[in-house]
Amino acid sequence: MTQFLSLLLNGISLGAMYALIALGFVIIFKASEVVSFTHGSLLLLGAYSIARLSEPLGFLLAALVGIAITAVAAFVIERVIINRLRGAAVISLAIVTIGVDIILLTELIRRIGSDILNVPHPWAGGSVRVGDVGISENRLIAIAVAAVLIGLFFAAFKYSNWGIAMRASAEDGETAALMGIKQGRVSALAWVVAGVLAAVAALFLVGSPTPGVSPSTYAVALRAFPAAILGGLDSTGGALVGGLLIGIAEAMAAGYQDQLLFLGRGFSAVVPFIVMIAVLMFRPSGLFGTKELTRV
Amino acid sequence: MSESTLTEAPGAHPSGVGRPAPAGRGRSWLRPLLLVLALVVMLALPLYVEEFWLRTGFAAAGAIVGAIGLNLLVGTSGQLSLAHAFFLAVGAVSYVYVSGEPGGLGVAELGGLGLPPIIGMIVGVLLAGLAGLLFSPLAARLRGIYLGVASLALVFIGIHVLNSWTEVTGGFNGRSAPEFSLFGFTFGNRDPELYVLAVPFREAERLWYLGLVLALAAYLFARNILRSRPGRALQTLRDSEVAASVMGVNVQGYKARIFLVSSMYAGLAGVMYALSIGSIAPESFGLELSILYLAMIVLGGLGSVNGAVLGAIFVSALPLIFQRYADLIPFVGGGGLAAGEAARFLFGAAIVLVILFEPAGLAGIANRIAGRSRRPGGRVTEHPPDTPSRSSEPSPSDPPAQGSTT
Repeated sequence: MTQFLSLLLNGISLGAMYALIALGFVIIFKASEVVSFTHGSLLLLGAYSIARLSEPLGFLLAALVGIAITAVAAFVIERVIINRLRGAAVISLAIVTIGVDIILLTELIRRIGSDILNVPHPWAGGSVRVGDVGISENRLIAIAVAAVLIGLFFAAFKYSNWGIAMRASAEDGETAALMGIKQGRVSALAWVVAGVLAAVAALFLVGSPTPGVSPSTYAVALRAFPAAILGGLDSTGGALVGGLLIGIAEAMAAGYQDQLLFLGRGFSAVVPFIVMIAVLMFRPSGLFGTKELTRV
Repeated sequence: MSESTLTEAPGAHPSGVGRPAPAGRGRSWLRPLLLVLALVVMLALPLYVEEFWLRTGFAAAGAIVGAIGLNLLVGTSGQLSLAHAFFLAVGAVSYVYVSGEPGGLGVAELGGLGLPPIIGMIVGVLLAGLAGLLFSPLAARLRGIYLGVASLALVFIGIHVLNSWTEVTGGFNGRSAPEFSLFGFTFGNRDPELYVLAVPFREAERLWYLGLVLALAAYLFARNILRSRPGRALQTLRDSEVAASVMGVNVQGYKARIFLVSSMYAGLAGVMYALSIGSIAPESFGLELSILYLAMIVLGGLGSVNGAVLGAIFVSALPLIFQRYADLIPFVGGGGLAAGEAARFLFGAAIVLVILFEPAGLAGIANRIAGRSRRPGGRVTEHPPDTPSRSSEPSPSDPPAQGSTT
């Protein structure tokens, strides 16, 4: 039971990170109809910048600058490429982001090489115990930060001008444009927010118990894709649920890997994808995604 | 695609490859002539060219087969799939297991059926098709972009299986692929020793011809699919699923079937990949491979078979050429970029540029050049009348009100 609770707690914290990434994924899709495969390398860019800058700038400043760098990168991608392709086929847009991803990822991996860059979190590798249930401090702080950020995000999405503009243009882009909502601005802002969320997730993902920033950090981001998909690509609430679901499932599979050994070592890394396929079998638009209606 | 092709018996004769130019152009002899010339050059190449180019050629032939298959799925029927690497892996592993000899490799005990390689190849293609068929109920229900992400899952599950199922796949270190042979004639260095015009025909030369035959067969098959009823149905389906189903196209059925065909292509490409490298290892079949295949068909031009061929040659040969001539190319080798990195930068940039400025890809550029040469002194029109409409970018996606019938 203790093990179960501990795994659950770890799963929630992992899931919170996935939810942050998936939220960015979803709002980009809502705002600009783009399925952003650049998200993995944006996350790696955030992690890399934070790790490299923390030597000269100190942790806090490095984290802020790293998050800013990621947001700016996302902004530039949106302005320079995505914005020019407004109205193109969804598949073309997805492929363009894959192209950008290749460039960014190749450069980052070249710079990182085979090193594991360490991010000197002030909370380092400490862990907290509540009764018998233990969790690393990093993961605990991650839950708190993610909760605040997600709360802020949903509040902004519901009440702020940007949120309303964004929901309006997701609902019906043309009408929203006629109402004076600048589609370009909405989309650019969505990318910036997604960049920030991804970088924040990166900040915690590379902390304890993970060793640090390495090219495999990219693979972690890929596991957030199932979170967005199984929640429903156009549902922000779905991203949250999907993230938590995937995080918990993965943590459980990792924790009980001795019992799951017949499925092979490292099975937990595949669990998010299996969960996704299982959900899509029964709900092709995800758990909370808008069902496609056809009118002839 | 001009209407005149409709009446042509599909695949009746090899010269049917070159679509006869519409009447009145007066150049109908040029295309078959060029094709015959190209074929002769291809056949004679092993007599003159060194081994490196022949090996590159076989690798490119494998890539051509795979790219044509992926293009049928993504370009023609508009379903984004990132699972191509998985189906390649199924083909490669089946071949290696069915035709490989059982034996120990280090601590691992490898299984193998030791059947003739041609059977291994066929089983590889069929099993890849079966894997596609198993996934296709899901594929048929998902809209393009959901499928794109869902298909990611297959790649990761595939890598996991490759790493864990040591008895079949050789596990983390992989295992070597048996030489190909056909009715006692091996495609290896010896057995029988073979000289043609005093040029020794060794593994590279023999594989070159194998690649040529397989790639040509794959090409003709795809052309014929596209020109016949299913091809038209698929293109309608890509442009609007609603319109297609109203016209009586069985949307789910066609989606599932094209997935099957595409994965069989991938299976054959996987077998050829194993033959070209001489071994298989899990890391070769990662997401990167899927993305490379996507790069091929995007650069070549979505929906165009010729484009897939051009793209496959470009993407598969470039890193090898970079590697070989690293010291001749600026910025590559030495203190600069590694060959693979340089190639990846180039692919990434090329994908972005193609989608931004030339959605019809290399095939579109080739068409334009052909259009120019066809009208000497004439103005180059943006769209020559016989430009196949499907070689352009998939038409704008369905507005949200349309879409799948699910």
